[in-house]
Amino acid sequence: MTEWLERHMPKFVMAPSFVAILIFVYGFIGWTAWVSFTKSRLLPKYDIVGTIQYDRLFQSPRWETAINNLYVFGILFIVISMFLGLVLAIFLDQKIRVEGVIRTIYLYPMALSMIVTGTAWKWILNPGLGIEATVKKWGYENFTFDWLVNPDMAIYTVVLAGVWQSSGFVMALFLAGLRSVDEEIIKAAQVDGIPTWRIYSAIIIPSMAPIFLSAFIVLSHLAIKSFDLVIALTGGGPGYATDLPATYMYTMAFSRGDIGQAASSAMIMMAVVFTIVVPYLYSELRAKND
Amino acid sequence: MTDLSNPHMAKKQSFGTVALRWLLYLFLGLFVVYYLMPLFVMVTTSLKSLEEIRTGSLVALPRVITFEAWQTAWSSACTGIQCEGLQPYFWNSVLLAVPAVILSTLIGALNGYVVAQWQFRGANLIFSLMLFGCFIPFQVVLLPMARMLGLMGLAGSIPGLIFVHVVYGIGFTTLFFRNYYVSIPAELVKAAKVDGAGFYRIFWSIFLPLSLPIIVVTVIWQFTQIWNDFLFGVSFSQAGTQPITVALNNIVNSTTGVKEYNVDMAAAIIAALPTLLVYVVAGKYFIRGLTAGSVKG
Amino acid sequence: MSPVLDIRNLSKNFGSIEILKNINISIDEGDFLVLVGPSGCGKSTLLNCIAGLEPISDGGITISGQDMTHVSPKDRNIAMVFQSYALYPTMSVAKNITFGMKVRGVDKEVQAQKLQEVSRQLQIEPLLNRRPGQLSGGQRQRVAMGRALVRDPKLFLFDEPLSNLDAKLRVEMRTEIKKLHQSLGASMVYVTHDQIEAMTLATKIVVMKSGVIQQIGTPAEIYNRPANLFVADFMGSPAMNLVPASTSKTSSGFDIIIRRDGEDPLILADTKARDLPSEVMLGLRPEDITDGQFRNGSAKPMAPCKVSVVEPAGADTFVVLSLGGKEVTARLQAETSAEAGKSMEFCFDLNKASYFDRDTGHRLSV
Repeated sequence: MTEWLERHMPKFVMAPSFVAILIFVYGFIGWTAWVSFTKSRLLPKYDIVGTIQYDRLFQSPRWETAINNLYVFGILFIVISMFLGLVLAIFLDQKIRVEGVIRTIYLYPMALSMIVTGTAWKWILNPGLGIEATVKKWGYENFTFDWLVNPDMAIYTVVLAGVWQSSGFVMALFLAGLRSVDEEIIKAAQVDGIPTWRIYSAIIIPSMAPIFLSAFIVLSHLAIKSFDLVIALTGGGPGYATDLPATYMYTMAFSRGDIGQAASSAMIMMAVVFTIVVPYLYSELRAKND
Repeated sequence: MTDLSNPHMAKKQSFGTVALRWLLYLFLGLFVVYYLMPLFVMVTTSLKSLEEIRTGSLVALPRVITFEAWQTAWSSACTGIQCEGLQPYFWNSVLLAVPAVILSTLIGALNGYVVAQWQFRGANLIFSLMLFGCFIPFQVVLLPMARMLGLMGLAGSIPGLIFVHVVYGIGFTTLFFRNYYVSIPAELVKAAKVDGAGFYRIFWSIFLPLSLPIIVVTVIWQFTQIWNDFLFGVSFSQAGTQPITVALNNIVNSTTGVKEYNVDMAAAIIAALPTLLVYVVAGKYFIRGLTAGSVKG
Repeated sequence: MSPVLDIRNLSKNFGSIEILKNINISIDEGDFLVLVGPSGCGKSTLLNCIAGLEPISDGGITISGQDMTHVSPKDRNIAMVFQSYALYPTMSVAKNITFGMKVRGVDKEVQAQKLQEVSRQLQIEPLLNRRPGQLSGGQRQRVAMGRALVRDPKLFLFDEPLSNLDAKLRVEMRTEIKKLHQSLGASMVYVTHDQIEAMTLATKIVVMKSGVIQQIGTPAEIYNRPANLFVADFMGSPAMNLVPASTSKTSSGFDIIIRRDGEDPLILADTKARDLPSEVMLGLRPEDITDGQFRNGSAKPMAPCKVSVVEPAGADTFVVLSLGGKEVTARLQAETSAEAGKSMEFCFDLNKASYFDRDTGHRLSV
């Protein structure tokens, strides 16, 4: 009896987690998907009525703003973070004396909650008392920096704060990648007389392709989940100018009592993440099992 | 690399290199300012009086240092109807984070141990399913989880939040431990089997003593994630059981009365201190945790 | 007396892949059995099956008369030494050795006593408080042996224990293992891909390829009468020369005819052979092709051959000839006067020759 138990123990150990994942991840996704095809408002109804929630969603100006913001924010956030991270990593790779301290400073924002980040930047970008006011006090009377309350520019403040928080992480990732390149290849290039910048552009950076991919995946994941940052920084405003799918979903679910809309917007978010992450995971797992 | 055969050439080159070095340091220094500035502003603002904030400049040091804002933030700031400051919510976060971190780490360790060293049919499939679960946007489980917590009688409670964080944390913790345990030679398990040790014995006597580095990484990662979380906190708690991030947001975004910016900043710093401290003390392990799943290999 | 290890009709499949096919091996107490073969031949898998670390698909394993086919490793009365020694890294040497006893609930005093016995025998007493990480390769191996000895097993299993050592240490440790075998009189099953280890250590050798046993026999049998072309080529260093030849029956036996490029064929007379097909594969070890100069009147057939390469190797000189389209190595004395490009008299000891069927590769009995 105990032999049987011993032999199957590994399965028993993993079973609770497996069941939990089945229910709380896949089961719940299924529930949300189901509800997204119903007429649910405050309470869930389970009769499938078709795609009316998605129709409403795509016709909603608020959702349109949210999706546009996701593109704008997402692309800027990812591109700037990657660029900044790469530049900083390359610079830090040049045998800097206080590298450890600098690295720590660049990376600490990642340890903060996005609420803290949002709160801090909300203060800094405050038109009346933040940077705008300070620069004005320095004598530049006509300086304006009211992006935070400007419906057209507000989304860029989210980019600013987001990049501040995450570029250090990208830098750390790239720095590790830069250093993982085989020393001997670099030495051979140096002996060949290739200038340093060329060594970077022709040898080191191309060999870091998988790390670019990892950074892209993590950053896009962060971008899609961006909820805390927007809530703290702009509250979704002014109006709903800085709404993102994540804040849209939350508002629908808990403020508006429109579960059908909440579910459909959540499923759209799920679909976007799915199309980015699944190919990546698939190729990663295949590579690991080879 | 300097061509020493031509001294004139050499000198010219070294001047160029020195200039470049200075530019490099300047550039890096600029970014040090960029990253530190918000922290600097937060701290200085929290130490100023409201009067000084209104009349002074954002980046100026406080003329008169006052800790009043901190006092208010900790014990009397208003988070909606209650005005007890951050203090009770700080402890909420502690009560939430400590058990959640311990549980998710323990479960992850056992799961990782199984996947890495005890193959059984379907183990890899289960692992892949768990891994995918790490990547989902949590918006897609918010609604059903809210209902489920209600059904379990855990709605708006700290045990409920602990439950949520553990369930959605085991994907990552399993990944961390599995990647670590995979590099422990399988022959060790074989030798222990020949010696008569069973599943738990082998874990306790052989794997656990080897696990300190990965336990530290996992604990730091989980603690940071859970302490900093807002989404689960705001969705599944109610007044009284809210974690500190939710309370902070309430303080900052409360529409009643005068906006006390110094209190807001003090509150933000209080909320950030634990994870910031962990980062400063054990940052090396934190970075390892960040890059553990991301970098190949 | 029943054999200490009896494997009957053992097969192991992994899905549809056959890893081990119909293995039958039997050894007596005190035997030193070596499983040898190239990578992937299944020898380690077979060892793991004997240990009970891997399940088998068909057949049975008996240890000391008891059916152990479905018994877990700890109850099989075996001890195992691994390629990487697999010492528990966070435990001291002493704890490593007593771990098994601790798990079995053996009395503390008995544990201490056995530890003392074994550490004295292996001369590892001064190492007892050290961690594996602080030991040298040879010391680790002895600790691994100690862990095995303390189990008082009926069967010792070794999984390529010397492969991780450098050449010099490997030779030293090999001798130590042999001495241990002699002093204990224990039964051992040993896996290696190194045929020299096999030849020096074994009382019985099993040569394997692709999960199938090619030959079981004593080192002398394997060396002098290999059962097929694979065994002939695999065992012995330098390898046995394998040359295609045609035969022709004569009044006193058979003529072995080996063609040579640009020359008349080499013809050697075999007076012992009774029955040979017209086409064969001739197997002759380098030491059986010698310098005709030093023949000393023996009756071995002689013939002149052209030398391609001369390789002096200290005590011997290896000389390469071209016969039957193949490169044939001869092992000559260091004093030989062989020169590259020149022809000289060689002596071929056909008494030691092996003949193989060209198509099946099997040894032909003559």
